[in-house]
Amino acid sequence: MTTPLTTQDYALEASRRPLAALYSRNARAVIARGLLATRSSNWLIMVSGFFEPVLYLVSMGVGLGALVGAVEGPNGQEISYAAYIAPALLAVSAMNGAVYDSTWNVFFKMNFAKLYQGMLYTSLGPLDVAIGEIFLALLRGAMYATGFTAVMAVMGLITTPVALLMIPASVVIAFGFASFGMGITSFMKTFQQMEWVNFVMLPMFLFSATFYPLSVYPQGIQWFIQALPLWHGVELLRQISVAAFTPATVVHLSYFLVMIAVGMLLTTLRLRKLFLR
Amino acid sequence: MPPLPAGPPVISAQQLSKHYGDFKAVDGISFEVPAGESFGLLGPNGAGKSTTMRMIGGVSQRTSGGLTIMGLDPEDHGPEVRAHLGVVPQQDNLDEELRVRDNLLVYGRYFGLPMSYLKPKADELLEFAQLTDKASAKVDSLSGGMKRRLTIARSLINEPKILLLDEPTTGLDPQARHILWDRLFRLKESGVTLILTTHYMDEAEQLCDRLVVVDKGRIMAEGSPAQLIREHSTREVLELRFGSERNTTVAADLQGIGERLEPLPDRVLIYAHDGEAALEQVTSRGLKPLTSLVRRSSLEDVFLRLTGRSLVD
Repeated sequence: MTTPLTTQDYALEASRRPLAALYSRNARAVIARGLLATRSSNWLIMVSGFFEPVLYLVSMGVGLGALVGAVEGPNGQEISYAAYIAPALLAVSAMNGAVYDSTWNVFFKMNFAKLYQGMLYTSLGPLDVAIGEIFLALLRGAMYATGFTAVMAVMGLITTPVALLMIPASVVIAFGFASFGMGITSFMKTFQQMEWVNFVMLPMFLFSATFYPLSVYPQGIQWFIQALPLWHGVELLRQISVAAFTPATVVHLSYFLVMIAVGMLLTTLRLRKLFLR
Repeated sequence: MPPLPAGPPVISAQQLSKHYGDFKAVDGISFEVPAGESFGLLGPNGAGKSTTMRMIGGVSQRTSGGLTIMGLDPEDHGPEVRAHLGVVPQQDNLDEELRVRDNLLVYGRYFGLPMSYLKPKADELLEFAQLTDKASAKVDSLSGGMKRRLTIARSLINEPKILLLDEPTTGLDPQARHILWDRLFRLKESGVTLILTTHYMDEAEQLCDRLVVVDKGRIMAEGSPAQLIREHSTREVLELRFGSERNTTVAADLQGIGERLEPLPDRVLIYAHDGEAALEQVTSRGLKPLTSLVRRSSLEDVFLRLTGRSLVD
């Protein structure tokens, strides 16, 4: 510092921007940090996340598929069992990645790595941190989705170029889960409470018409499953994979747009509780 | 260094409180810090110093009371206030996933500072922290003292107007402490306001223009180091050792000497205006201490008097 500070230097002008207390329009610094950290240390974890749905696809789709044979696809024509479950596995992987990043990862960085404490002592606001982290989660999700779609193509499970829309669609699905997950994390105080997240996720993965059609359930259970987000994700991607669009496609997509809006609102309202305890 | 012309206080806290459930971490403290002052928060562990620091930074929400930093409420204007704050937290929270120099650059990016400014600034700060040859090392390979120096260097990346230092020299060796003190003096000369907590009374005496002693979330005393010593202690202290067994028994025979008497397990302290005169009185009563020492009263005497000698937590 060359010239000594004067009293004038100490008089700050108050910003009138909305959300000025929570947001400094600098989420890109959080994103840049995440990319740098990934490059230098934890890229291995990222690679492992890509293989999980691929392994499911190979074991269930190819292995179990040999027993099951052909099944009825979304638009009535017959498709292989692997082609039936592949879009569902992509939806599950979008959900898992987004939820992990927005719950466990945030919880750990907040309470143990103390990363956010350092960030929040700068001009960054909690909303910058939240947006940056969600963006990173979505970027990662988009990379996984691209890789998985490529694997589907190699296995001959993609029959129409429209299926490429599964990549942006799975980012939308991930956004829905990530925005909600971070809001929910703000209520968590211990690791035991965090376990509840897994307790909800596993049954949702197994029973959301992932491996068999919804019609096996009695009506009441069908309604319940249809209220859950993963079922909409599974159906959305399954329809895109064979370019079989119906009015329900709009419903599935809208479900996630509403989920994103509500989730972001919840997260924003809970930011002080999450980051400024 | 003449003080800056009197303006509105840079930090103003009124009846500031932070409660966690029933526990009152900070219980209605009020103080003001003018621009360019070096202000100390002293107190035992758990006194509420760090919580106060966190509220000043706007990263902890107060339960009640008023707080303005440079005229703004840090809860409503956190990012703007923190843009001019440098923070050295009690525990280093360096980014373990990044390398040493990247820690400085990335932290600077959080302030929205351009790379053209940050690159030379990072190199300058690495030089200051004597970490230039560690620039591309991983953070977890650094020693404790190196991490501390890096945390301190990081707090200066945005050329802060207010520097919050929460026990900055804990874990530093004497050389590094003195280098840091020198650097803090120079920052103070350039008009930076320093807010400091410390356990080292010599550090407080060296660095603080004014300080408050905090205990159990409340302010016990306030003033310059010299003022506090004048008000809460005597000019000199006579330390007598009679051997562990006799210290407490002999205390009865010492009554009336000096202004105050404090028998401790290992020695007896006599607080007196004139230590030599007190020592003459002791020997004139026929008492022969094994060792005796007359010293000037220090901030440590004030601190222990105000916050007690029993261990906290």
